[in-house]
Amino acid sequence: MRYEAPETMKSAVTLMATEKGLAFVLAGGTDLLVKMKGGFLEPDLVVDIKRIKGVYDIKKSATGFTIGAAVPGVALAENAALVKAWPGVVEAANLIGSKQVQGRCTMVGNLCNASPAADSVPALIAANARVVISGPKGKRTIPIEQVPVSPGRTSLKKGEIIESILLPKRPSNSGDAYLRFIPRTEMDIAVVSVGVNLELDSKGVIKNARVALGAVAATVLLVPAAAKALIGSKLDDAALEKLAAACSAACKPIDDKRGTIEFRTKVAGVLARRAAQIAYKRAGGK
Amino acid sequence: MSGVHVSTTINGDPVEFVCNADEPLLDVLRNRLGLTGAKEGCGTGDCGACSVTVNGRLVCSCLVLGAEIQGAKVETIEGMAKGDQLHPLQKNFISFAALQCGICTPGFLIAAKALLDKNPDPSEEEIRFGLAGNLCRCTGYDKIVRAVQATAKEMRGA
Repeated sequence: MRYEAPETMKSAVTLMATEKGLAFVLAGGTDLLVKMKGGFLEPDLVVDIKRIKGVYDIKKSATGFTIGAAVPGVALAENAALVKAWPGVVEAANLIGSKQVQGRCTMVGNLCNASPAADSVPALIAANARVVISGPKGKRTIPIEQVPVSPGRTSLKKGEIIESILLPKRPSNSGDAYLRFIPRTEMDIAVVSVGVNLELDSKGVIKNARVALGAVAATVLLVPAAAKALIGSKLDDAALEKLAAACSAACKPIDDKRGTIEFRTKVAGVLARRAAQIAYKRAGGK
Repeated sequence: MSGVHVSTTINGDPVEFVCNADEPLLDVLRNRLGLTGAKEGCGTGDCGACSVTVNGRLVCSCLVLGAEIQGAKVETIEGMAKGDQLHPLQKNFISFAALQCGICTPGFLIAAKALLDKNPDPSEEEIRFGLAGNLCRCTGYDKIVRAVQATAKEMRGA
């Protein structure tokens, strides 16, 4: 295995694009190094992107936040402006692993690991986040839900590296939340998870909504029917009922040791209600 | 496999070493630098026995490559006591009998110090969450939590 730590994104892309063998990007390494240790992956090249300028930055601008590819979970929580604007996203990312893992793990890594149970991904999809990708043909920006395509696989082409995540500017009267079900109190993998992001009008009526479910299909799912169930409501019981039904209907889960199909389908609806209530409150709804 | 040459700072001292490209920092510390305080429990970031800080961030040294710490500042358990003077956490782990076999102890001490550096007055819940990445098969955790609580109180001068 070769280890390279280039100082520009351009050279990182060139290294990834020209490697004939198996090449991986290293940021936090909390998935990659575990897979290497377990013998599941034997890379020929590892490209450490952490010496590239800007990868540790969280930048706030008029259009929102740009979060660099190497920003660890713990640094998200330390950024008061980000926590205030996107509490659901930060909470989701901070649920990944232990404090030690939080010192290294990144949201881009969580996304590119492409687990359907990735904690930060439903919250990011609900937030309408996008990713900036650098590749041999230049840069492109795509919605985050287009990155994972199946468990462990992404839509990234050879040589492409995600350099940052873009979170939109938080509109007034809006809020987000993320909840997951695990059988323990911490440090576990989601059996079912949900991210909800709501925007209200001045009267507390939901005018925009995005709902995403994790661990109930091959990829994290954006559920437009769940959003539709909420739009136009003040999150009354009937809307919550419709939301839960839409979420359960969208589930295509597997049976495994962590949860059955029936359990996951039911709990998706339950968690969606609860997350929607938190997001509604955060948006200033009563 | 070609070696990677690394210059870094460990416990305040400049250190140079050559390691394999895929060699974890934990193996560098233990096998190349003789710093055997960090232990390998699982090797996959689950147990926390190999905890160190890199540039002030608490991490599992089994999930960091040695090659990655070029130019970084690493703190290990070996740097915790100042000469013969044990850190208050070390003293309290002894007086509260917060260890039995001792394998997890260096990791707990590093993680507890990282916790108290950030939060000098943690609640019991915050301590338990803060140390959830460190596994102990002997103590049942209670004495560890008590030792950290006592240290926090002592260090606040309360």
